[in-house]
Amino acid sequence: MIRLRDITKVFNSGRPSEFTALRGISVDIELSRVTVLKGPSGSGKTTLLSIIGCMSRPTTGRIWISEREVTSLPERFLTGIKRNTFGFVFQQFNLIRGITVLENIMLPAYTSGEEMKDIRKRALELVRLFNLHGKDSSKIEWLSGGEQQRVAIARAMINNPSIIIADEPTAHLDTKLSEEFMGYMEMLKKIGKTIIIASHDPAVYESDIIDRVLNMRDGFLHSEGI
Amino acid sequence: MNRIRNILDFTLSSLLRRKGRNISLIVVYSFVVFILASVIFFTQALRKEASIILRGAPELIVQKVTAGRHDLVPERYIEKIRNIPGVTSVKGRHWGYYFDPIAGANYTIIAVNDPNRLHDINLPDIKKGNIIIGSGISRLRILHTGDSMPFRAYDGTPLYLKVTGLFPSESELVASDIILMTEEDFRALFGTPSGYFTDMTVNIRNPVEIPTIAKKINDLMPDTRPIVRDEILRTYDSVMNWRSGIIMMIFLGALAAFIIFAWDRATGLSAEEKREIGILKAIGWETSDVIMMKFWEGLVVSISSFLTGIILAYIHVFFTSSSLFKPVLMGWSVLYPEFRLTPFIDAYQIVTLFFLVVLPYTIATIVPSWRAATVDPDSVMR
Amino acid sequence: MRKSSFFMIVIIIGIAIMSLLFIHSCVMIKKVERGILLKAEIVKVLGLTDLCIFTEARYTRNPSVADLHTPFQDHPLSLEHFPSGSLIAPSGRLKR
Repeated sequence: MIRLRDITKVFNSGRPSEFTALRGISVDIELSRVTVLKGPSGSGKTTLLSIIGCMSRPTTGRIWISEREVTSLPERFLTGIKRNTFGFVFQQFNLIRGITVLENIMLPAYTSGEEMKDIRKRALELVRLFNLHGKDSSKIEWLSGGEQQRVAIARAMINNPSIIIADEPTAHLDTKLSEEFMGYMEMLKKIGKTIIIASHDPAVYESDIIDRVLNMRDGFLHSEGI
Repeated sequence: MNRIRNILDFTLSSLLRRKGRNISLIVVYSFVVFILASVIFFTQALRKEASIILRGAPELIVQKVTAGRHDLVPERYIEKIRNIPGVTSVKGRHWGYYFDPIAGANYTIIAVNDPNRLHDINLPDIKKGNIIIGSGISRLRILHTGDSMPFRAYDGTPLYLKVTGLFPSESELVASDIILMTEEDFRALFGTPSGYFTDMTVNIRNPVEIPTIAKKINDLMPDTRPIVRDEILRTYDSVMNWRSGIIMMIFLGALAAFIIFAWDRATGLSAEEKREIGILKAIGWETSDVIMMKFWEGLVVSISSFLTGIILAYIHVFFTSSSLFKPVLMGWSVLYPEFRLTPFIDAYQIVTLFFLVVLPYTIATIVPSWRAATVDPDSVMR
Repeated sequence: MRKSSFFMIVIIIGIAIMSLLFIHSCVMIKKVERGILLKAEIVKVLGLTDLCIFTEARYTRNPSVADLHTPFQDHPLSLEHFPSGSLIAPSGRLKR
């Protein structure tokens, strides 16, 4: 269970550009389920995702991940937890240009102290899993949008995280590729991964695999349901 | 250690993306190191060799000065100096310069006053009409043992001397342009009156007494100028010293090149680089990982440049006799010694060069990235 | 092969070559010892004062014993001989 209690996030506190992105969010998110954060842009979905994924800290409030409180953990412990618990799929894919698919997938694991050959092995399995055969030594630039999407998901999986977080993953995809993406999410759900997606794309939040939808607006958690 | 190596792998992939740019960077930097190291090797070797070779130079040389100019020394001065306590021997030297219009070169002519000692340096006897020439002259005028060499005496009359010996090629650095002849031939060539010498060499038992004796000589014969061996050696200690014109130009050039690199780096990262650092942080790299990557980036370029530059410099100076410096060193000389220098290396200089080449560049690569590396990964999400 | 391995090997080869050159230096110094001693002996026997490097003018050939006025004798404007003047500082005593 991921528990959030009274999460607020204020940017540029005290300055004229002060902006409150999240206001007192409290919610419990079940593991091994697919949860969607739905809402218009500016509703705070991305901010909430980033806080859940320990990419940034809330201004106030607390978070527990599997009964473990992470908000007050010092930086160095947080990094390890973050690496092994979360995998991110970004809106812009955010792949590194000029290097190969395989290297992009392996990159998050480079700094863990693991041996290259182990990382490589896992990466090659992921290549297979996401149907990227034969492309693993290609440079990212040569791949189609759909292929890049799969690389982004594969990269999120390299450290075998239990929670996948995706921010507007279908924003740059057509219907067919969006369906393909949801297919991959289904696959990950089947192997027990927790998936949290932020999206205002009906192809996502109306998909069959969604277990729960959280509506957000202006930093508030509005309502639930589909 | 896996972490360090993995990060190095990524750094290399990253550098290879802009292969052209990074390879030219290494090439240019290597060239800068090459020039600097070549100058260092050359001057150090020359300096060291000079200090060894010239150790046996006379303790004191005494010249006579008339009307502010160099003049011939009369014989009687020798006796006066010989009587000074502490002086072991005084010898008058006959030597001078001869300009050869055919080759356009200057030769140093030396009259041998002690023919027996020629054996000590593996040279044959000299009789009237014979000369021993240096290897530079042999090369320049294509003269070998048995050939006849024409001279134009002081009075315009031709003088033919036969080459009966050559200085060995190992002696290039000291005897490349020397012609040895008898005193008689010397006078026939230059017309110097008998009873006079070009200058005098004084050998002194105790080196500590040299300045005292020099002063005494000056007191006895005020129209003399004593030259002390110390001053001779100091001349070569400062050969191609960093203060001298051309060398200063080279160092300034190298400094300018370095400042250009550092400026390129210090004016901040490109948007692309910032974005990538953000991505790395977003996928789980910590600030220290990013810094380490930048460290490798600087180290890879600078160490490669250092090794390439210094190896090529050594080969340049000690295997090709500093061929690239030849036009500079040769200047207007027609007779040019082959600088087959002995590779006297000063390890201290090499270590200093290493730190100079690697450290500032690596730091210049890390520092601008520091800011970007500490960025909150959250900002990349947007 | 991993890029880092390749790089390490290149560096090791570089260091190996440097070591070889260092050994070359030591070997050569031993080898030409005789030649250097010969040169030193020539200096002693002939009473030489300078190395034969810059032969373009009289005062550049033996800078240690150069006459103060020789530069002017060559040509009124040849105060400097290029490039020797840029490479070798005037003899210490001339500055006095």
